[in-house]
Amino acid sequence: MEFFTISMLNGLSYGLLLFMLSSGLTLIFSMMGVLNFAHASFYMVGAYVAYSIARLTGFWPGLVIAPLVVGALGALFERYCLRRVHRFGHVPELLITFGLSYVILEVVQLVWGRTAVEFQPPEVLRGPAFTLVDSSVDGLRIVFGAAPAALCASADAAVRVVCSPFPATRGFMMLVALAMLLALWLLLTRTRIGLVIQSALTHPDMVEALGHNVPRVFMLVFGAGAALAGLAGVIGGSTFVTEPAMAATVGSVIFVVVVVGGMGSLAGAFLASLLIGVVQTFAVALDYSLAGALQGLGVALSPAAAGNTLLKLTVSQVAPILPYLFLVLILIFRPKGLLGTRED
Amino acid sequence: MAANVYHFKPWNVGRVIVWGAFALLLIVLPLLFRSNLALTMLSQMGIAIVACLSYNMLLGQGGMLSFGHAVYTGLASFIAIHALNRIGAGTLALPVSLIPLLGGFAGLVFAVVLGFVTTKKSGTPFAMITLGIGELVFAMSLMVPEFFGGEAGVSGNRMAGKPVLGISFGPQIQVYYLLAIYTFVCTAAMYAFTRTPLGRMLNAVRDNAERVEFIGYSTQRVRYLAFIAAGFFAGIAGGMYALNFEIATAEVVGAGRSGAYLLFTFLGGAVFFFGPMIGAVLMVLAGVLLSEYTKAWLLYLGLIFLFMVMYAPGGIASLIMMNLRVAAFGKLRRLWTSYLALGGCVLVMLVGAAALIEMIYHLQLDAALGPTLSFMGAELNAHRVDSWFGAVFVLLTGCGMFELTRRHFAYEWGEVQREIEKEIKRRETL
Repeated sequence: MEFFTISMLNGLSYGLLLFMLSSGLTLIFSMMGVLNFAHASFYMVGAYVAYSIARLTGFWPGLVIAPLVVGALGALFERYCLRRVHRFGHVPELLITFGLSYVILEVVQLVWGRTAVEFQPPEVLRGPAFTLVDSSVDGLRIVFGAAPAALCASADAAVRVVCSPFPATRGFMMLVALAMLLALWLLLTRTRIGLVIQSALTHPDMVEALGHNVPRVFMLVFGAGAALAGLAGVIGGSTFVTEPAMAATVGSVIFVVVVVGGMGSLAGAFLASLLIGVVQTFAVALDYSLAGALQGLGVALSPAAAGNTLLKLTVSQVAPILPYLFLVLILIFRPKGLLGTRED
Repeated sequence: MAANVYHFKPWNVGRVIVWGAFALLLIVLPLLFRSNLALTMLSQMGIAIVACLSYNMLLGQGGMLSFGHAVYTGLASFIAIHALNRIGAGTLALPVSLIPLLGGFAGLVFAVVLGFVTTKKSGTPFAMITLGIGELVFAMSLMVPEFFGGEAGVSGNRMAGKPVLGISFGPQIQVYYLLAIYTFVCTAAMYAFTRTPLGRMLNAVRDNAERVEFIGYSTQRVRYLAFIAAGFFAGIAGGMYALNFEIATAEVVGAGRSGAYLLFTFLGGAVFFFGPMIGAVLMVLAGVLLSEYTKAWLLYLGLIFLFMVMYAPGGIASLIMMNLRVAAFGKLRRLWTSYLALGGCVLVMLVGAAALIEMIYHLQLDAALGPTLSFMGAELNAHRVDSWFGAVFVLLTGCGMFELTRRHFAYEWGEVQREIEKEIKRRETL
């Protein structure tokens, strides 16, 4: 039970982090038709910038300033590079972001080195947020903060006590992602600028005719998307590792999220992020293999079959490819994505 | 590209000359550059030419931006290596010289299977799906060590078969000529493909998919068939790779290699048939030579790519063709002084920028070796202000001079283009 709860929470927090990234990507895609290949690179830049700021002033100013810096970078890129190739069509737009991802990766390695940097979360977030104490006598209890050692050790050998801590950084990640989701939703549906953005999505010419500067709206959306990625980077970087490979590890997964959720659908991206986050987290923790399952069902395996790699693969080993398998299955059975509306 | 109407010509002299020159070049080059390094580089160029041309069947001719082309070259390499080992063990009777063809059929089979999923969509979703498939195969490669050999990869021996006419494929020169034959035949075949009805329909799907549907073609089927053809030629490149390197590691199916195909095909020029061949030559030169000279080569490559996408989306091939047009109207003479000036300014600018980049790299990566580095024969001290000041000064001078000459050149270029347009109009009225 405590394994399920903790894994579920871990999966949800990872899924919410994925959503922070994919929301910006979806927003940019649905608005400008541009798949921002460098989105994960902005995520990485956010982590590194926050690391540098954190060394000067501490974590909290970094949490605010780094997304702003990344957002400004994104807006500048849109203004001076992306807008220039807009008239050439979609493929050059994708290509230029692809080139940018190369350049950002090299520049990051140039400035911060090729190895991982030590980007610690602040003191408040280092411990566990709460601990689940599962005792075979008292049942399940929640202790906020770290559980005292006396609680986790049992004097009696017959009593089994398991303590499962839930890291505070993960809790913080969920909190920020939910706050961001709420803010984004309010911004898009309740404010004037949100209305302009929504209408520029579907009728850019009409919006322009009404006197709104649509290219500037595009620039702002691109900058905002990059800033969201930067924010995710600050949190992701401090929770996991801040290293040059961090863009590549998360980059292809968020593309899967966007396709699975349905191109351009924000709600679909939300659903797909949570789904993939939870599935992947559970898969990593499970140590079952096909061979084990067959033996459990009472199927006797020949020595050759028992040595077969495919049968011996455990679920945790397969975890990295699950999102991609999911992608292929979705494409075969529901090509427009989970909540997508258009099929092109 | 290929906008002109097809005219029946019984004997196309220009084409014979171009293809003859290409064949001659393939034959003569190893005789001119005799060193071992040159020979391996030439072999790699042949492989890269086939791979980039097959990639351009998707990108240039079909408008399909694939991020997973290395899947087809890489998986074919693995199949080819396993076939080599079978030949060595005596369980497979196949001449070694046919290994690339076997790779081609492997690539075809993989393209039939995976392409069915990927070509369901076009445009941006296609790009993302190919990316996903690429990641899937790469992750699989580390999971199934029986086939992919784990981290170490699978190695083979190309001298496994019996020598035919004294050709054992031991010496690199024999391998080179085998690869050269494959390169020539595949290039010709892929050019022929652009002239088939399918190749023409593929161009139509790229330019206006909706209209193609109206005429009654299934765009999905056209994309699928083209994808299979591209997979076949990619597989041949994979087989050639296996013969040349005698090893296949997980890296050959990785995203890095797919990215390199895309990058260099685009740099060479996706809108012309011969563009990817330029790109392929550049790919080998950059990978082997540039990476020797400087650690910052990926940064240079990325920056060049960004500028190319912004200012010359047709790649190097389009630059060549534009100047050929100017030359055909006999106006290149007016531009060449501007070219010289531009080239000089760009050189100054590059020297300044490169000195800066190299010093930063040196500080970041080689700090243990002391503050001095040699840059183009000069000693730079990365800890002293004068080196930095000098580099920035050179860069700024270059930028200023470039801007001045660029304005002049842009004016001249516009004038020349206007005159050419006028000349074309005049000829039409004749």
